[in-house]
Amino acid sequence: MDENASVTGGWFADIEPGDVDAASDAITGGSAETPRDWPELAVESGYADSMGAYYDRLSEMTTEATRREVAEREAADDRQLVHAVRAMDDCTRTANELAERLAEWAGTVDPDAGTGVDYARELATRPADPEPDERAMVSLAERVAGLADEADDLRELVERQTPTVAPNLSALAGPILAARLISLAGGLEALAKKPSGTVQVLGAEDALFAHLRGHAPSPKHGIIFTHDAIRGTHPDERGSAARALAGKLAIAARVDHYSGERKPELDAELADRIETIQARTEDDSAGRDGGDDGE
Amino acid sequence: MTVSDGSPSLPAGVERHAFDGTERLATRGDPVYGEPTDGPWRAWNPHRSKLGAMLELEMATGLEGGETVLYLGAASGTTASHVADFAGPTYAVEFAARPARDLLEAAESRPRLFPLLKDARKPETYAHVVESGVDVIVQDVATRGQARVALENSRFLADDGRLLLAVKARSEDVTRDPAAVFEDVQSELESGYEVLETRKLEAYHADHLGVVARPR
Repeated sequence: MDENASVTGGWFADIEPGDVDAASDAITGGSAETPRDWPELAVESGYADSMGAYYDRLSEMTTEATRREVAEREAADDRQLVHAVRAMDDCTRTANELAERLAEWAGTVDPDAGTGVDYARELATRPADPEPDERAMVSLAERVAGLADEADDLRELVERQTPTVAPNLSALAGPILAARLISLAGGLEALAKKPSGTVQVLGAEDALFAHLRGHAPSPKHGIIFTHDAIRGTHPDERGSAARALAGKLAIAARVDHYSGERKPELDAELADRIETIQARTEDDSAGRDGGDDGE
Repeated sequence: MTVSDGSPSLPAGVERHAFDGTERLATRGDPVYGEPTDGPWRAWNPHRSKLGAMLELEMATGLEGGETVLYLGAASGTTASHVADFAGPTYAVEFAARPARDLLEAAESRPRLFPLLKDARKPETYAHVVESGVDVIVQDVATRGQARVALENSRFLADDGRLLLAVKARSEDVTRDPAAVFEDVQSELESGYEVLETRKLEAYHADHLGVVARPR
């Protein structure tokens, strides 16, 4: 008993020497405030016959635990993410369309009918039993609310998975925008291989081809417009901001695809760059009103 | 009395070995990242390894060979594999799944290299695995708060152990002057460590400082 007490806290505590599953779980999920002389304690408690045997087992178990954890984390791959973000967008769009239809319908019955998904939710959860002739309408409202809930769940999933799939891109762009970029490019590898100029206009294909046909200005930004670095920048400087942001996002996607390591300096480099660009208009916003076409 | 200054010798198991006529640092082990080999020897590229650069610059790392090592920020195992070649039990902590996959491969032929998928900023998540009283902590983590990581992990280090730290200025703050960042990191380190030697690794790694320290 005393022996057991002495190893409490070690990864091998209460684990049978041959039990790989339990050891692997203990290594991955366990914790201790302070380290102790585990090899010695393991031999004392009989988990291993000698220090050498302990290290052999530690090697086996840490390798197995790490292998499993890596496999689990990598199962959250970019393909899954692409499906999730596309499904999220489909659910949101469909919920909005149906909510519009519902508002039109409800307006014929109830002059105080509201609009949008919020109204659908309200109608769906209304406690009173619906009149027989309103039943179909309430049923539709329930579907809309259900779709909106599904979209919310999918959004949560995307927010959870993107940082694992693309840690740097997710940190720079936010998980949702990062997932959309991966989705538009057709995968993380495809995104990693795109030049930053393409990343800049992903999602603005219509405008880009109109420009290439020769009757429109080149688009300054695509989907990355939703990023604060661009929305928070004066319109005159948005082209610069979009170019800087796209450059960093392209680098982040490459780091994520080819190395997978988190590089926090990318965040700071982007913040620094955007701050410089935004400062241009803050300094002399009054003086730049006329005669400047921006980028 | 051990010789602490003068020209420090390489740890046992690390040698200068000729590859295609050029003398380079080398250890004995299976190749990991496509480095040149010659028989059992494989070249240790100081441009890809901060510890390699510290040895190349003849910093007094105090390494003798056979130590128990806690390696923080093992990444794909480029440096950690060389350490495991000449040291004793080597605990390699890496946080990201993708490089950890390569680390697993390096560990396959090295029975005393223990890969751990853990966050070096949270030592309590691996204190139940990593033993107390390790001889050396090698730290090369690209995160803000590198001094704090070193301080948090000092609980593993033996009283006469060594911290071999590569500080990456750009991880702390890209916009500040690296020299100022190094100063801050060093003064923060002082609360738990006595800094024995510092050296810019500029010749091999831009904006990196090599630090040798021992716990107070």
